[in-house]
Amino acid sequence: MLTIENLHAEVDGKAILKGIDLDVKAGEIHAIMGPNGSGKSTLSSLIAGNEDYEVTKGEMLLKGKNLAELDAEERAHEGIFLSFQYPVEIPGVSVTNFIKTAINANRKAQGLEDMPASELLKKIREKAKLLDIDSKFLSRSLNEGFSGGEKKRNEIFQMAMLEPSLSILDETDSGLDIDALKIVANGVNKLKSKNNATIVITHYQRLLDYIVPDFVHVLFDGKIVKSGTKELAHELEAKGYDWIKELASHGI
Amino acid sequence: MAYTEEELKKELETKEYEYGFYTDIDSDTFPSGLNKDIVKAISKKKGEPEWMTDWRLKAFESWSEMTEPEWANVNYKKPDLQAISYYSAPKSKPKYDSLDQVDPELLKTFEKLGISIEEQKKLSGVAVDIVMDSVSVATTFKKTLAEKGIIFCSISEAIKEHPELVKKYIGSVIPPKDNYYAGLNSAVFTDGSFCYIPKGVRCPMELSTYFRINQAGTGQFERTLVIADQGSYVSYLEGCTAPSRDENQLHAAVVELIALDDAEIKYSTVQNWFPGDKEGKGGVFNFVTKRGICHERSKISWTQVETGSAVTWKYPSCILKGNNSVGEFYSIAVTNNYQQADTGTKMIHLGKNTRSTIISKGISAGKSQNSYRGLVQVGARAKNARNFSQCDSLLMGNECGAHTFPYIEAKNNSAQIEHEATTSKIGEDQIFYCNQRGIDTEKAIALIVNGFSKEVLNKLPMEFAVEAQKLLEISLEGSVG
Repeated sequence: MLTIENLHAEVDGKAILKGIDLDVKAGEIHAIMGPNGSGKSTLSSLIAGNEDYEVTKGEMLLKGKNLAELDAEERAHEGIFLSFQYPVEIPGVSVTNFIKTAINANRKAQGLEDMPASELLKKIREKAKLLDIDSKFLSRSLNEGFSGGEKKRNEIFQMAMLEPSLSILDETDSGLDIDALKIVANGVNKLKSKNNATIVITHYQRLLDYIVPDFVHVLFDGKIVKSGTKELAHELEAKGYDWIKELASHGI
Repeated sequence: MAYTEEELKKELETKEYEYGFYTDIDSDTFPSGLNKDIVKAISKKKGEPEWMTDWRLKAFESWSEMTEPEWANVNYKKPDLQAISYYSAPKSKPKYDSLDQVDPELLKTFEKLGISIEEQKKLSGVAVDIVMDSVSVATTFKKTLAEKGIIFCSISEAIKEHPELVKKYIGSVIPPKDNYYAGLNSAVFTDGSFCYIPKGVRCPMELSTYFRINQAGTGQFERTLVIADQGSYVSYLEGCTAPSRDENQLHAAVVELIALDDAEIKYSTVQNWFPGDKEGKGGVFNFVTKRGICHERSKISWTQVETGSAVTWKYPSCILKGNNSVGEFYSIAVTNNYQQADTGTKMIHLGKNTRSTIISKGISAGKSQNSYRGLVQVGARAKNARNFSQCDSLLMGNECGAHTFPYIEAKNNSAQIEHEATTSKIGEDQIFYCNQRGIDTEKAIALIVNGFSKEVLNKLPMEFAVEAQKLLEISLEGSVG
């Protein structure tokens, strides 16, 4: 699905990523953990195509396609979805209108007609139910006045609607109470299939109790310093990030 | 699509006027220039009664002593009024009973505009009175309206057929001496629409007129008069597009609305005249005077979507003369490239318990300047007058400007006046968020702008709202901000 090779990137001339290698296959869930400032969000922004960051070396391939040649919206058309850590507000544009526009934009890219209203409505109802979203919520302006939990739930709702092949959840657990966390995690789990893959980016192990990863990678100072299975997350939780810092300072 | 300031500049230049074409219709045009004889000739050509000729001449006299106003926040080369021809009418002028008889060139023009008469006819409940270069060429639904006693015709026809109504109301809200361009219009107006709704009648359909400027170098001086008699209701739609032209075209229309006791008039405009090219060359000068008077318990609501013209100078206003009367103004003004707009409203509260609402949404892109100018005036006798004003500006890029000039004059202590204003910019993060969901930058801007304008778009009649949304998109095509 996604192959990242020796990825180096910088923002405003400052090196953030210093050689990332990652291989995510269809049907897998990968967790990327790491302390603040380790480059987690930079990595997700880069995969999504945010041009504030510059790739200086290495490459990213999605299903064999070089991402460097695709704009952000083209990457979305190829099936990349980013659940934002801080989703933006778009006043006056309802949740429904936004998702309709997004779905039809993706269909257009695939040479399809707009989704018929009845089909769209059915799909919205189905996915809203999955995430415990009521119809009143769907008519509100996108992210305007949303609580932290509502914002994240809306991100996963969009993910459910767009059915991406690669989803990146950037700190989706931040700002969620335990009930909301369960709903969101349950949604993510239900959407999982052998044809799609998920990258979960998180600071804490907590989310991984609900979204169980196949692989865990620890990012520190722009590099993946340790990879393992879900047990690594528990080890990290127990020993803390100082353990990782120590590992890194000894050159692992 | 990428989003940087450099690319923004480049993309802004790519927008060309979509309706930039010229229809070759045989016209009957006066020599250019303006004097008493021309005024007389216009009146004679139109076969007007003497009282109308005299009214025009009086207007011309007072206008001759006036000077062009300069207080608006716009810069332009004043049009040479002596270089304009004051009369231009399609030569093949008879009224048609069916479309087959209409000049095929004209029909083609409507097709290009995507508003074929055929389509319009089918649109349930829309009567179309098409004003093309000053003379009405086709009217539909007239019979249905006539059954209810509603008069909907060209103003020239009204002058002949209903002189008592025209005589009583023309110039009663906007006297010829009101301002320079209203004075000019009063002297030389060639045609326009007239509408009268009898007592207690609710007009069963939206009344619609499409204005177009078509003849090179002819100013367009439309005159519209809408009278809603006691307890009646009418919704009137006015939409405009114009072909592209190199020299500036002057448009100085006058619209007068009269809402008698308990009447309601809803007047909606979508304006898309040629805004000039990306260098700021050409484009229509739109100097319009629109005003309505509200009698007891009546209501006038202005809704406008202004996307066109090189220079716009327009303040649809309400005189709230009657007690408990209501005035509303909902506006979206979009400026791109070198467009300049100075627009807003005047709410003149004279009666007791009068209420007014102003919602203005200004969107500026390119190197354009967009100003809101509004006056809320509360007279000494206007006890318990209330006004709420909201002016929001949305900026795209770093080279445009948004300005707000609110004037408040309250002479009664019981008045309640509220004014809210916001200015925002379309953010890179908003664009990226949309891009990430597969929405390209152009569509993302359209989405954000439509969201910003929603409160006003919602006020438009259905069939107009769709057109207006499309227009917003066209006007801002390529303007990433």
